[in-house]
Amino acid sequence: MTDTKKILIADDEPNIVISLEFLMKREGFAVSIAVDGEEAIDKIRSESPDLVLLDVMMPKKSGFEVCQEVKGDPSLAATRILMLTAKGRDTEMAKGLALGADAYMTKPFSTKDLVEQVRQLLGLTA
Amino acid sequence: MSPKNRLLLGVGLVCVWLLVVVGVTGWVVWADLSPDERSALLPILSPRGALIGAMLIMAMAVSAIVLRDLHRRYVAIPVRLAEDGRTLLKAEPTRRLKADGNAETQAFVDIINTLADQRQGLQDDVEVRVADARRSVEEEKNRLGALMSELTQSVVVCNLDGRILLYNNRARLQFRALSDAPGAAGGGELIGLGRSIYAVMDRHLIAHALENIQHRLRKSAAQPVTNFVTTTRAGQLLRVQMAPVLGAAPEEGAERPVSGFILMLDNITRTIENEARRDEILHTLTEGNRASLANVRAAAEMLDFSDLDDELRQRFRKVIRDEVKAMSDRLDHSASAFADSLKARWQLEDMLGADLVAAAQRRAESRLSLRTKIEEVDESLWVKVDSFSLLQAITYLASRLSDEFEIRELRFRLSGAGRLVHLDLIWSGQAMSTETVMNWELEPMRFAGENSPLTVRDVIERHDGEMWLEREKVKHRAFFRLVLPSATPQEEIQPEAYLRGESRPEYYDFDLFSWSERSHEHDDQLLSELAYTVFDTETTGLNPSQGDEIIQIGATRILNGKLLQGEGFEQLVDPQRSLPPESSKIHGITPEMLVGQPVITKVLPALHDFAADTVLVAHNAAFDMRFLQLKEDATGLKFDQPVLDTLLLSAIIHPNQDSHRLEAIAERFGVTVIGRHTAMGDAIVTAEVFLKMIPLLAEKGIRTLGEAREAAQKTYYARLKY
Repeated sequence: MTDTKKILIADDEPNIVISLEFLMKREGFAVSIAVDGEEAIDKIRSESPDLVLLDVMMPKKSGFEVCQEVKGDPSLAATRILMLTAKGRDTEMAKGLALGADAYMTKPFSTKDLVEQVRQLLGLTA
Repeated sequence: MSPKNRLLLGVGLVCVWLLVVVGVTGWVVWADLSPDERSALLPILSPRGALIGAMLIMAMAVSAIVLRDLHRRYVAIPVRLAEDGRTLLKAEPTRRLKADGNAETQAFVDIINTLADQRQGLQDDVEVRVADARRSVEEEKNRLGALMSELTQSVVVCNLDGRILLYNNRARLQFRALSDAPGAAGGGELIGLGRSIYAVMDRHLIAHALENIQHRLRKSAAQPVTNFVTTTRAGQLLRVQMAPVLGAAPEEGAERPVSGFILMLDNITRTIENEARRDEILHTLTEGNRASLANVRAAAEMLDFSDLDDELRQRFRKVIRDEVKAMSDRLDHSASAFADSLKARWQLEDMLGADLVAAAQRRAESRLSLRTKIEEVDESLWVKVDSFSLLQAITYLASRLSDEFEIRELRFRLSGAGRLVHLDLIWSGQAMSTETVMNWELEPMRFAGENSPLTVRDVIERHDGEMWLEREKVKHRAFFRLVLPSATPQEEIQPEAYLRGESRPEYYDFDLFSWSERSHEHDDQLLSELAYTVFDTETTGLNPSQGDEIIQIGATRILNGKLLQGEGFEQLVDPQRSLPPESSKIHGITPEMLVGQPVITKVLPALHDFAADTVLVAHNAAFDMRFLQLKEDATGLKFDQPVLDTLLLSAIIHPNQDSHRLEAIAERFGVTVIGRHTAMGDAIVTAEVFLKMIPLLAEKGIRTLGEAREAAQKTYYARLKY
């Protein structure tokens, strides 16, 4: 692997971040963390990660807003976004996808599925 | 000429005729004779002259007898029969003509008698039918009364002006719960015959619901009813079902116009609170636990990896322990107590998507003068919506687009997406920033004369929906997408199955709606048609400007010339000062009775509502009005209705009487005085006196409110002079 893929985890709950961080690092990705929506935007701009694991419910800016901002900016258009949410309503899933999220997973999810989804979005089919 | 004179004249004429015939014949014969013949004949005739005269007289007598008989047969009898016939026709339908005269006349008499019999039969029949009809109307009334009073649902019937024509006891109780008056009017200031329903419900809301019903009627919908939920001033939630009252068709086969509406009300505040509580539990148990479960599951799955160092393993275990504990706590909490966050579940109604779009178009065009167009509408889609608030939200968004982005045209698109329906509001030109959209979503909706405390977000959440802004860069345009829940297409009941045609339910047959809109110019209105609030006050003394205060108010209502016994207003008032013992002797109110009663600033608003839209009547009104006016600053409420004074009116009607005290007037009019010197007792006496005055004023040419006020003013000045 010549080029390590970079992943940003944007979630305000440390208890999920710890698992996601371990999981992603174990898959060989470079991982950085943001704990609210604004930090997420800043890190997407400064670190240009390949993929963002984006929680919907976050302080300062919601995942929807972050997603819309990223997808509205042509220079960031390549960033893949995988939205994670604790809300199970299909109207929200529709909104996330409409706003440009590349994939959408409802909590609780299987970590195996998550890894598979991430690899697929990054074009790393095993 | 009377028949008798005619007879005499006839006899006279015949006699003269006989004389003339005999005379002329004699003269002609005499003239033809030669002198010899004359001299020969004269001695023959002269001695027999008496015989000839007698013969002539006999001929006259016979003629007279014949004439008299003819007269009796052909004149006198028909004249008598005609007189009898006239009596039969006009006065005594039971009278019959006596058969008399010749056979032909008798045949006529028989025919007329038969006709009279037939007429009487018909009349009797009509009377029986009228009595039957009256009895059945009375029965229907009683049946409806019984039905209404036993209904557990409250029912209010209004005409198109929103005036209440009918309500049941349950509705009264419900309105009492809604009233924020201090128990005084007991909801009577909100509900009462002739009062406006708009005191309780938003005028726009009712108008919208009526529009929906009209629309359904035009489409011959099986059930032209509509549901909505509304909040009252006191913060209660009412679920309302509205059905139209249809009037008679103007002509055969024409559509029957809506002449009023029936509201069936349900106070769902408590139900909603319970439901909200259940929702809250569900919400916490599902969405709240999703995150925790995700954390536990992820951590547990991490523990399966063998390449885990001890420190991380400890941390994952801690995550699991913490989250499981948090979930247990949440479960306990859910099961025991909950915050009373009121998240109302609004009654959503099924509506054809195309109808919703058409209504939105109409509103945007009429309210905002904005051009609209349909881009694409899936006619088969049904949505589950609260159409009033949703249309408000759509119009609000359109108004902001029109005001701030000067869009010239708004297009609508409606498409299905599985269980959801997408309603898009599309415009050409630039899109706004996400912040702007957010502001629009979160600000209370104010536009074109409408003012709602709700925000677009509230409305969307009420529908369990979503909304967002999307751009169509290629076409250089943008749209708001409203995601709404879809509804399964309604099964249309066959219109025949519904009782809308001629077969109205039997228990409903009042002609309630002849009560037409009262004109708003009170001065030109007839005294006999106005609504009145007749009131009286008891006070601590006679000088309001020197600190005397009201201690009791009684008021009653007059509507359509009737005293409404059931709709009174009676309240003791804490005067917040001492009560002089000498005043207690007059009205019998003791200081102990006033302990714990509301103060005047709390009571007047309820009285103000009670008296809304009516003319005030009081005896010596100037005195009572003075007390009310001195409180205007404290309550901010003006009693600026027209006022009539029975004292002055009495002076107009009986200018020569010494006393115009209430007792004296009551005695003059024969009104029984009951409970004199309680505010309510006096108010009722005043009202009864006033009702008797209305026709007497009319005799004096005083028929309208304006005329009464003018006359009262003149009398007032006249009295001042003395």
